[in-house]
Amino acid sequence: MTETIQSPANPTPIAGKKFSELRLHGISRAYGTHTALHPFDLTISGGEFIALLGPSGCGKTTALNSIAGLLPLTAGSIELDGKRIDTLPPEKRGFGMVFQNYALFPHLSVRRNVAFGLRMRKLPKAEVEQRVNTVLELVRLTEHAHKLPGQLSGGQQQRVAIARAIVLEPPLVLMDEPLSNLDAALRLDMRAEIRRIHQEYGLTTLYVTHDQEEALSLADRLVVLNLGRVAQIGTPAELYEHPCSAYVAAFMGYRNILSLTAEAVDGATATVVGDEVRLVGTLAGAEDGASGVAAGSRVQVAVRPEDFKLAGDGATAAFEAVAEVVEYHGREFQVDALTRSGNRVHVRTPERVAPGDQLTLTVDPKRALVFAEAGEAT
Amino acid sequence: MSAISLSPKPESATAPGPTKPALRHRLAERGVDRTLLLILPGVIAMAALFCYPFIYGLGVSLQPAKGGVLGAYKSFFTDSFSEGTIWKTFSLAIPSSIINVGLSVPISYRMRGEFRGKRLLLTLLVVPITLGTVLTAEGILEYFGPVGWFNLTLQKLGLVSAGHPLTLINDYWGVLFSLIISGFPFAFLLTHSYLSGIHPALEKAAATLGAGWWQRFRFVTFPLLLPGLLTTFSLTFVLGFSVFPSAMMVGDPDGKTHVISIETYEQALQNFNYPQGCADAMIMTAMMLAVIGLVMGVRSLFYAGSAGGGKG
Repeated sequence: MTETIQSPANPTPIAGKKFSELRLHGISRAYGTHTALHPFDLTISGGEFIALLGPSGCGKTTALNSIAGLLPLTAGSIELDGKRIDTLPPEKRGFGMVFQNYALFPHLSVRRNVAFGLRMRKLPKAEVEQRVNTVLELVRLTEHAHKLPGQLSGGQQQRVAIARAIVLEPPLVLMDEPLSNLDAALRLDMRAEIRRIHQEYGLTTLYVTHDQEEALSLADRLVVLNLGRVAQIGTPAELYEHPCSAYVAAFMGYRNILSLTAEAVDGATATVVGDEVRLVGTLAGAEDGASGVAAGSRVQVAVRPEDFKLAGDGATAAFEAVAEVVEYHGREFQVDALTRSGNRVHVRTPERVAPGDQLTLTVDPKRALVFAEAGEAT
Repeated sequence: MSAISLSPKPESATAPGPTKPALRHRLAERGVDRTLLLILPGVIAMAALFCYPFIYGLGVSLQPAKGGVLGAYKSFFTDSFSEGTIWKTFSLAIPSSIINVGLSVPISYRMRGEFRGKRLLLTLLVVPITLGTVLTAEGILEYFGPVGWFNLTLQKLGLVSAGHPLTLINDYWGVLFSLIISGFPFAFLLTHSYLSGIHPALEKAAATLGAGWWQRFRFVTFPLLLPGLLTTFSLTFVLGFSVFPSAMMVGDPDGKTHVISIETYEQALQNFNYPQGCADAMIMTAMMLAVIGLVMGVRSLFYAGSAGGGKG
């Protein structure tokens, strides 16, 4: 067993190991005949925070494990600053990883867990000590350093897992749903913590989550995955304001996805009808002239709950619905209403609504996105 | 279950106001769980079937025909032939346990994941459990005998000269082979299950932290496996220390493999010296307990908690 990672003459080879870009070239992964991850390309620049977003089973953890080297790629390549790394085993890639279940070594104290990677690199004792202390301070666990992981709370274990991954100052930190085991309040705290650590260290991070709020609040760029395929890549604002499909829209808070028919298309807007609903919406992707929607084609219309307005009498109503379930959310009400044809719509409104009320709903044409039916899109 | 009131003032039980918590809760606060009374029949059976004969035997061993209370023990330790059984037994039980545990670690480590033929391989490794000691002994006698396949192969390869086969049966080696053949499946099954209790994410985490396969084994898997290995060692040691039939059949029961259980058997059932037989059995028990106590003492020095990956 010889250590070929570095020579002792250079005691801090991993400090500040910044890179300029990590290129994923058509990476894909198949299990037998089932393709868990279809080929996709992504270029990550140094210091970026990227979130892989999708429901469970969409291939996001597969993507992460492939990049970490824990799963071999079926096809494609990964290059770090032009150097091919997908042929390296995980221990030679030097990426930090935070596991969903934390994967802390139960028999080692917090300090030894954090020091593990440094010890594997055979760094001098004094340097290991000093770097572990710095990181433990960063995650505020100095007073718990001597404890075993089993004696810590979930949030503390989470911070140990993060400390263990970042103490190596890896070029890339991979996080696999790190907050999914925490309760809601702790999740918000840890989210801020991860953001703070990212800013302080400037570590390039690839973050897997199924929670759009987490992804939007943390990431510089989002990659939305659907059944192993990339649905859209973009900044949070791009995705939030211009989702490219009804699938992405649904992830970005458009809880109402209505299946309707385009009656007339006029430039960037379309009049859509169906199920006793008639409204005017904006064609998604109309700026590129590639909406793929023509009069008479089936469309999906996405509307956020807060964009439905309760109209007074005589207004140009989009449709009528009967409030079924009303939840009080402090500043506003969350209303689940049934349209006459039995479709369920979600509405958020500051106006007081009681179950059984007849609602007349309108929507600003700019706030209703019209997508070609999935499968018809080019 | 009706509430039983132990209150000194029975009228307070019916009076309104702050009622006493149920007896079950009050007992629970003192660490008493009445459900545990259900193990009482088991305890009685244990006492009747194990503790009583043990204490009876201890009593018999202290009443030898001559030499006072400890006469039987004295005669065991003053007779070099009977005293020598201790060393002979240890020299069989310790190496066989070390070999069994030592072999089962790499084999079960390689067999962690899923692969084609795993079930078949598992079956092959475990089948010797189903063979009786007698069957194993017959196989060893045939295979390792002077004209068995093993010696014939060595002769064909020119490793031993014809007419001078290796003496493997009716000797120490035959008994050692027998202990390995019958003890390995136990050691392997135990190690295999201990190993599968270690969360696979731990090794993955170690890999992403830069540990190669040997470091992953050395610093993560092995320390977590060690308490299980010590338990496995104790169990296979007990099997080996109480070896009897194979020491008779494939060993040299009057010489090199005159182990302590043979000595005990001969004293009690051939010489009909019950006090001496009982004393020998007590010495045998004390030896086993001493080794197990030592191993468990070592075990308590290591982390022996959950080997999961944390939460989830």
